[in-house]
Amino acid sequence: MEPAKPMKGEIRSFLSQKEGNEGKLSDTDHTGNSSEQGTSNRVMVNIDHVNFYYGEKQVLIDVCMEIPEGMITAYIGPSGCGKSTLLRCLNRMNDLVDGARLEGKVEIAGEDIYDTRLEVSDLRKRVGLVFQKSNPFPKSIYENIAYGPRIHGVNRKDELDAIVEKSLKSAALWDEVKDRLPESALGMSGGQQQRLCIARAIAVEPEVLLMDEPCSALDPVATAKIEDLMVGLKEHYTIVLVTHNMQQAARVSDHTGFLLLGKLVEFEPTKALFTNPRQQETEDYITGRFG
Amino acid sequence: MNKFQKIWARGDSFIWLTGATLAACMILISGLLLAILVNGMVYFWPSEVHRFELKNGSTLIGEITDREEIFETEGEKKIILGSRIQVKRGNRDLYGDDFIWVDEVDIVSRATPDAISVFERREWGHFYGVIQEYKEAGKTIASGQDEANQAFLKKIPEVEDILDEIKEIEKFSIGRINHAISRHRLNLKQLALDGIAAGSEVDEELAEIKKLEEQYEVHVKTLSELRKKLTSSLMVRAGDGQDKRIPLDQIVRAYQPNSFGLFDRVGYFISGLWEFVSGDPRESNTEGGVFPAIFGTVMMVMIMSIVATPLGVLAAFYLREYAKQGKMVSMVRIAVNNLAGVPSIVFGVFGVGFFIYFIGGTIDTLFFAEALPTPTFGTGGILWASLTLALLTVPVVIVATEEGLAAVPRGIREAALALGSTQFETIFRVVLPAVMPSILTGLILAMARAAGEVAPLMITGVVKLAPALAVDSFSPFLHLDRKFMHLGFHIYDVGFQSPNIDAARPMVFTTTFLLLLIVLLLNSLAISLRNRLRKKLTVSGL
Repeated sequence: MEPAKPMKGEIRSFLSQKEGNEGKLSDTDHTGNSSEQGTSNRVMVNIDHVNFYYGEKQVLIDVCMEIPEGMITAYIGPSGCGKSTLLRCLNRMNDLVDGARLEGKVEIAGEDIYDTRLEVSDLRKRVGLVFQKSNPFPKSIYENIAYGPRIHGVNRKDELDAIVEKSLKSAALWDEVKDRLPESALGMSGGQQQRLCIARAIAVEPEVLLMDEPCSALDPVATAKIEDLMVGLKEHYTIVLVTHNMQQAARVSDHTGFLLLGKLVEFEPTKALFTNPRQQETEDYITGRFG
Repeated sequence: MNKFQKIWARGDSFIWLTGATLAACMILISGLLLAILVNGMVYFWPSEVHRFELKNGSTLIGEITDREEIFETEGEKKIILGSRIQVKRGNRDLYGDDFIWVDEVDIVSRATPDAISVFERREWGHFYGVIQEYKEAGKTIASGQDEANQAFLKKIPEVEDILDEIKEIEKFSIGRINHAISRHRLNLKQLALDGIAAGSEVDEELAEIKKLEEQYEVHVKTLSELRKKLTSSLMVRAGDGQDKRIPLDQIVRAYQPNSFGLFDRVGYFISGLWEFVSGDPRESNTEGGVFPAIFGTVMMVMIMSIVATPLGVLAAFYLREYAKQGKMVSMVRIAVNNLAGVPSIVFGVFGVGFFIYFIGGTIDTLFFAEALPTPTFGTGGILWASLTLALLTVPVVIVATEEGLAAVPRGIREAALALGSTQFETIFRVVLPAVMPSILTGLILAMARAAGEVAPLMITGVVKLAPALAVDSFSPFLHLDRKFMHLGFHIYDVGFQSPNIDAARPMVFTTTFLLLLIVLLLNSLAISLRNRLRKKLTVSGL
């Protein structure tokens, strides 16, 4: 059952057929955003034959995929297909759910993240998560950003100030909030709150940034801002995006995986998946025949 | 659908019903407050003093305190015969009691002459009368109402200075010596317990005691000399013509209410109120102030809060954050909720058995063996009373904190974990601040309950009259083993255990009002703190 594992950096034309699932990245030339492929095609996340259960219920069935560094990878699929679960497997947020169980292997930068010797908090520092519903702490804007660095040992005021400014700038929020840093984060608009959450996540400088439908509660203007932000951020972070919105996946992502009923049906460069899906189910879904 | 059903469905009548119920509650509460306030405040207002001439030729001086109708019932019919008034004539040392009922038909004339003075005395209550003479050392210095009054008013500051000096010596100098002597006696006892009956250590202690006793004698001599200086007195004629000598040092306040203008009255009212909240009780609590009771109540509530809050909060955190939610935890939760409903006297009994006899007794044998058989901690005291109340109020804090924890959004916990916080960091840095307002809510409820409890205190350390406050200038400054006074118990004691109920009644109302005020004050303090926190935390414009 143990599949031949691909070597790191071998993504370019990696193709493997695994029991009905396809974990595949083909030529990045197909995608619109491939200009940097030469420098950033290392495998960041390796999901290897993952089965996932909530109690008796199996939610992910033998998922295999390799997520390249420095790109945006999107998961699409109908509600309940397991895309959020798959995302949360990558920083072990599912550990919080009673009866959650994972079989298989997830590696990030070559390290097995389900190794019992690993501290979950260390993993989560390296793999940030932005939630569907913006969830700023009921603290000031400044304290929201400074929280992460603080718990990881940054205590000097000048260092924190620098991190706060840098993170807010990266999240394109600095100009809007620089005069009201001591105010409550809960007084911001929905879009601002979500960007604050992104800034908070990148303040701890993760390697991978997971985004769980970050725009589903936002209006089109705020959505556009966050999409621009994602494209800007992929220079420094590997982004994995779960979205309900196929247009969004098409707009921002480099690779797209389509999940259905817990199975990864197809995983292709975004352009290829949308223009020329290999599987019938994918075509049905993206053309709006169901879902 | 008929018309009636339509009206019912629209719910207009329901709005009326809810509104009317609320209004009824408000009227009841404000009526209660108003009744307490009016009945209490009347006591401090200097009302007019009347002189009545009666049919039998006697005269009577006093304040009118009550009026009622005299009637006979003949079957269904009520025949009103007239009315009578209750007069507070004071002068208990002459007449035996303060009040007398007079039928209005017996009154020939009534007047309010300016010359009548009222004396508030340290003993025997009020005296009503007209000043005749002012004497010093038996010699008449001034006679006649006006002159004697002038001379007396001139002398008063001097007398007060002497009284202050006496009080200072009695309370501090002699108090300090007594404190030191009892410490040395205890040292001696300790030495005896250790098997040292003689020797240099014993001699040292004895010498110390002797030195202190000599100092004590000196103070006693000073006191008696000071007392000798208090020779001034007033001769005052009571309503029935008897003359009474009132020594100046017996007078707390003297005033002539009939000559008062509005400002004088307000001034007198305020000074009376101030004496009430800042003074010590006199005349077995029926007169004077209630400061020791205020102090005891506030201190007890504070110790209770300091103990109950961390206890309740930590327990709630375990229940909600760490414990695996299941049958066991829900049973614990039900038990906690029921604990809040246990009658307070049960907690009192537990406090006596566990805190006083078991813990206090153990502390005594371990650390205060030299004082036995006199108990130090093995008897009721402010610490044990506060701990008993803390037990009583812990469930309230637990329930409020737990509800707060349940209301902390899942999102912010997950956000903290996703940033790499451990569970402890999440709880300590994110959940705890967010749940702070709920903790304060719990504390408010706990304080309100604790301040009003009397039953458990009566067996765990409250006394009618505490000789000393729990905080004073003798080391170790904080005496948690001391007994204390409490406003709630004060109400019970003054109102229902006092020999002079009529005179004490206004005190009961005022004390009740004060207790309500203190509860209100402590609550509003906590509420304003909570609101400030909430403002910092909550959504302002989403």
